[in-house]
Amino acid sequence: MLRFLIQRLLAVVPVLLVVSIVVFLILRLAPGDPAAVIAGNSATSQEIEQVRKQLGLDQPLVMQYGIWVGKVLQGDLGYSFYLNKPVSALIAQRIEPTLALAFGTIVLAVLIAVPLGTLAAWRLGGWLDRLLSGFSVLGFSVPVFVIGYVLIYLFSMQLSILPVQGYKRLFGSDAQGLWPWLRHLILPWATLGLIYIALIARVTRASVSEALTEDYIRTARAKGINEVAVLLRHALANAAVPIVTVIGIGVALLIGGVVVTETVYSIPGLGSLTVEAVLNRDFPMIQGVVLFFSVLYVLINLLVDVSYLFLDPRIRY
Amino acid sequence: MAQASTWQRLSRNGAVRFGASVLLVLVLVALAAPWLGTVDPAAMDASHIYAPAGTRAPFAMADGSSVPHALLMGGDSLGRDIWSRVVYGTRVSLLVGLFTAIVALALGVVAGTIAGYFRRADAILMRFMDGLMAIPAILLAIALVAALGAKVWTVVVAIAIPEVPRVTRLVRSLVLTLREEPFVEAARALATPTPVILVRHILPNAMAPMIVQGTFIMASAVLTEAILSFLGLGLPPDVPTWGNIMAEGRIAFSQYPGAVLWPALFLVPTVLAVNLLGDGLRDVLDPKFAKR
Repeated sequence: MLRFLIQRLLAVVPVLLVVSIVVFLILRLAPGDPAAVIAGNSATSQEIEQVRKQLGLDQPLVMQYGIWVGKVLQGDLGYSFYLNKPVSALIAQRIEPTLALAFGTIVLAVLIAVPLGTLAAWRLGGWLDRLLSGFSVLGFSVPVFVIGYVLIYLFSMQLSILPVQGYKRLFGSDAQGLWPWLRHLILPWATLGLIYIALIARVTRASVSEALTEDYIRTARAKGINEVAVLLRHALANAAVPIVTVIGIGVALLIGGVVVTETVYSIPGLGSLTVEAVLNRDFPMIQGVVLFFSVLYVLINLLVDVSYLFLDPRIRY
Repeated sequence: MAQASTWQRLSRNGAVRFGASVLLVLVLVALAAPWLGTVDPAAMDASHIYAPAGTRAPFAMADGSSVPHALLMGGDSLGRDIWSRVVYGTRVSLLVGLFTAIVALALGVVAGTIAGYFRRADAILMRFMDGLMAIPAILLAIALVAALGAKVWTVVVAIAIPEVPRVTRLVRSLVLTLREEPFVEAARALATPTPVILVRHILPNAMAPMIVQGTFIMASAVLTEAILSFLGLGLPPDVPTWGNIMAEGRIAFSQYPGAVLWPALFLVPTVLAVNLLGDGLRDVLDPKFAKR
């Protein structure tokens, strides 16, 4: 058990190393003096020199990378000269809406997709199965922002039952309570959830339908166990590993969707922060957000790996 | 029963037929753009600002002349004809999709062949690809566009790079299997130079899965281009692309939803058709290869 955990942790190191190198080098792809790029468009030559000294930009590239990684490991993601604040403070400031959007979507999508996929697998080729496969083809072909605008058009403009845009905080001084928070998140959750539901439901269907062909299912049915228990305790439990895996991999898709959804619904989270950073050519911010999301993604998939230990007792390392 | 040829099997596959037909229509639309009741997609006529869809009125061109015109999808905030922009946008979207697939395949084939055939490069190259895959695709594309600047080729490269690791993995696995085949061993025994073995014996046998993969990349590239443009981070706003038209319509969406919703009528079927084409091609050419 411990050996497995250590192994997994060590496997993450080269991945994070490559991620950090790529994020570090992205800045160097931008034409011009890196110090000037970091300091932003409105910087004076004095400020540019200060940045150069602070970040060691007069030293060889490898040293610059070392200095940068050293700071990142201490939680210093750099300084946004455009917004005049440390990048990590800006991320902390904008993280609540993004977490509410992303984790709400994951929870809702799993709650909807897993039962749907299981039922589709139970009656392969039935009406639900066919509906689901049509839905998932569509889910992968309709861009998130089109879904978002269609939902806004229907529910906010035609039926006027939900707010068009914006976000109400759940925590903090300007918090307004649970109901306004929920009301503003319903459409974003639905928008972002659609593709994620399609993804998870498809894998659940494939995985459960494969488990259903196993001998132990026939044995369980022969023993007269009721069908719900067969589906849940025997089929779904044995199909869990691929489902959890796709939930983890799908987070990459979800992060892309978060950026778009936040823009559609004017939610002041990390996604809209990213878009603003690119529009303002605020490179320390861009690097910080990309690094943050990538590390989050890697850690979530590490958790997924560890969960295998509990989901499948056969897995022993 | 005699074995049907690949072409016959392809032409009998419903998904391939549907996907290829829609794609063919789109290519024809892109080629015939000037003759489809369009005006110059950049032309502005102030009298058509937010004109409702279906307005029939003369369109004043930049040189002062005026042509009779029907604004099938209405006008945008600058008085440009949305229909013309959507039709001309077909050219940009299809080209970006096609070139992205070509660039991603080319880079992936080179990296995957090296990783699969030369054992020494394998570990380093594949660890690099693992790391690249850990950066969510859209974020990587956004960051690359930010660094390289928004031009057609930079957008193509920015969308292609996040796709490269997946192609590399695919090609590597194909090469690993093929290099053990007797015909490769025979070629090696005949002292065939390695590059010739790779190009003449290994890559042709890896074609089918690569074509399938390329089709899926094209579908996701069309989507990603639309997303980047929609966020205002893709091609310059004056280039008519479906994403740009939607981005432009975003500000006034609650009064004039048309500018956002009309281009979707082109975008969604395009992605759907290319995805279905990929599904069908996979079923026919490469039944063993599961999607991604």
